Amino acid sequence: MFLKVALLVLRKDFAIEVRSREILFTTLFFALSCVLVFSFAFVKEGEPLEDAASGILWIAIAFAGTLALGRTFERERYGETLRALLLAPAPRPAIYVGKLIGIVLLLVVAEALLVPLVALLFQATLFARPLLLSGLLLAGTIGFCAVGTLFAAMLVRARTRDVMLPILLYPITVPVIIAGVRGTSALLQATPDEAAATMWIALLVCFDVVFVTLALWTFEPLMTE
Amino acid sequence: MSDFDQVRLVDVSRHFGRRRAVSHVSLSARSGEIVGLLGPNGAGKSTLIGVLATLVAPTSGGVYYGDGSRGADAALRKRIGLLAHEPHLYPELSARQNLTFFAELYGVKARETVDRALDAAGLGDRGEDEVSGFSRGMRQRLALERALLHRPRLVLLDEPFTGLDDRSVGVVTDRLRRLAADGAIVWLATHDLDLADGLVTHVALMRDGRMLVNEPAAPGLRARYRALIGSA
Repeated sequence: MFLKVALLVLRKDFAIEVRSREILFTTLFFALSCVLVFSFAFVKEGEPLEDAASGILWIAIAFAGTLALGRTFERERYGETLRALLLAPAPRPAIYVGKLIGIVLLLVVAEALLVPLVALLFQATLFARPLLLSGLLLAGTIGFCAVGTLFAAMLVRARTRDVMLPILLYPITVPVIIAGVRGTSALLQATPDEAAATMWIALLVCFDVVFVTLALWTFEPLMTE
Repeated sequence: MSDFDQVRLVDVSRHFGRRRAVSHVSLSARSGEIVGLLGPNGAGKSTLIGVLATLVAPTSGGVYYGDGSRGADAALRKRIGLLAHEPHLYPELSARQNLTFFAELYGVKARETVDRALDAAGLGDRGEDEVSGFSRGMRQRLALERALLHRPRLVLLDEPFTGLDDRSVGVVTDRLRRLAADGAIVWLATHDLDLADGLVTHVALMRDGRMLVNEPAAPGLRARYRALIGSA
C-alpha cells in the first residue's frame, strides 16, 4: 500500500510534467544559466579558478533544486490538491516519498546536463571516476531533497513560502552541500583521492538516512493544521 | 473496515494563535441527515468542515465518529468525502486522469467508477479534456464527483453551489438528497439560504466561531437567519 501510493503520486506528477514541461524546463534553464554566469566570473583567459568547479556544480544543484521544490508544491497549492492527498486513505508519509522521488529524478536529469557543462567550461576531470561521482551526486541530491520536500510541503499554506524555503533549507542542508563539494573536489585532484570521496559518500548516506527517517516521522504531524 | 452511522462534535474549539475560529461547538448528525452549516463570512464553518475531515486538529474537545473518537487513520479517511472551497483537481490533467488518480488512491475500481462519475458530472464527452479549460461550474461538478468517487459515509461540502447554473444546482441538490437517502451523513456549509431551505434537515447557525442555533430545519429559513444574525 505504501509503495503503491508513493508510485501513484510519482506517476501523477510525471503525467502533469509531461503535459506542461514547466518545472523541467525552468529548472534546467536556471541551472545552466547559473553555471554560465559563474564561468564568466571564474574562468579568465581560458584558465578556470582552481577548485571552483565542484563548488559551482553543487551551488547550481542547490539553486535549481530550490526552484524545483517550490514549483512542485505550488502545483499542489493551486486547487488545494495537497489537502485532497492528505485526506486520502493512504499512509501520509507515502505521499512524501512519492514527491521526494519525483524531485530527485528531476534533479538527476538536471545533473546529467550540468556535469558535462561544468566539465567543459571549467576543464574539470569530472568523468575520471564516474561511479564515485554518481554516488556523490545521488547521495547529495537525496539528502538535499529529503529536507527540501518536507519544508516545501510544510510551507505550502504560508504566504511567505518563497522566502522561507531557502531560509530554512540552506542552513540545514549545509552539511550535505559541504560533503558534496569536498567529495567532488577530492575527485578533481590531479590524482583523484578515492578514499576521501568514499568517506564523503558514506557521510552523505548517513545524512540521507537521518533526514529521510526524520521526515517520514514528522510529515504527518507537521501536515495536520 | 469500521463504519459509523453518526458523527458528534463535543465542545470543539479551534484557535489559530489568538483568533478563535471555532469556540465550544457541540453538534451531532446521524445517517440520512443533511446538516446545514450557516452563518456569515468568518463564522467558522470552513474550519468546522476541516475538523470533521480530520485535516484540522481541534485545540480542545473531541470528534466522535460512531461510537468512539479516532485519530485521522486511513480507515476513517476512506469514509470521508470532502468538497472544499477549492476543487482539489489538477488543472493540467484531463477530467479522466484526475478521477482515475483519486479512484486509485482510494482503492476503488478505476475504469467503471470513473466512467460513472464523468456521466454524473455531465462530462461524459469531455473526459479527455484538460480541467484548465473547464468553466467554474464544470470544475465544481467534477470536484463533487471526485469527492464522492469512493461512496463516503460522511460527505462534507463547503459552498458546493458556487459557480453552478440553475440546472446544475438542481442536479446537485437531487444528488445530495439521494446520498442522504442512501445513508450518508451530509454536512453542507453554504451562504445560499434559498437553496438550503427545503434541502437541509437540520440547521446549525454559527457566528464568530460560536453556535447560535442547533435545531431541526423548518420552512422560512431566511427569515429565521435574519432574525438571529440581526439580533445576535
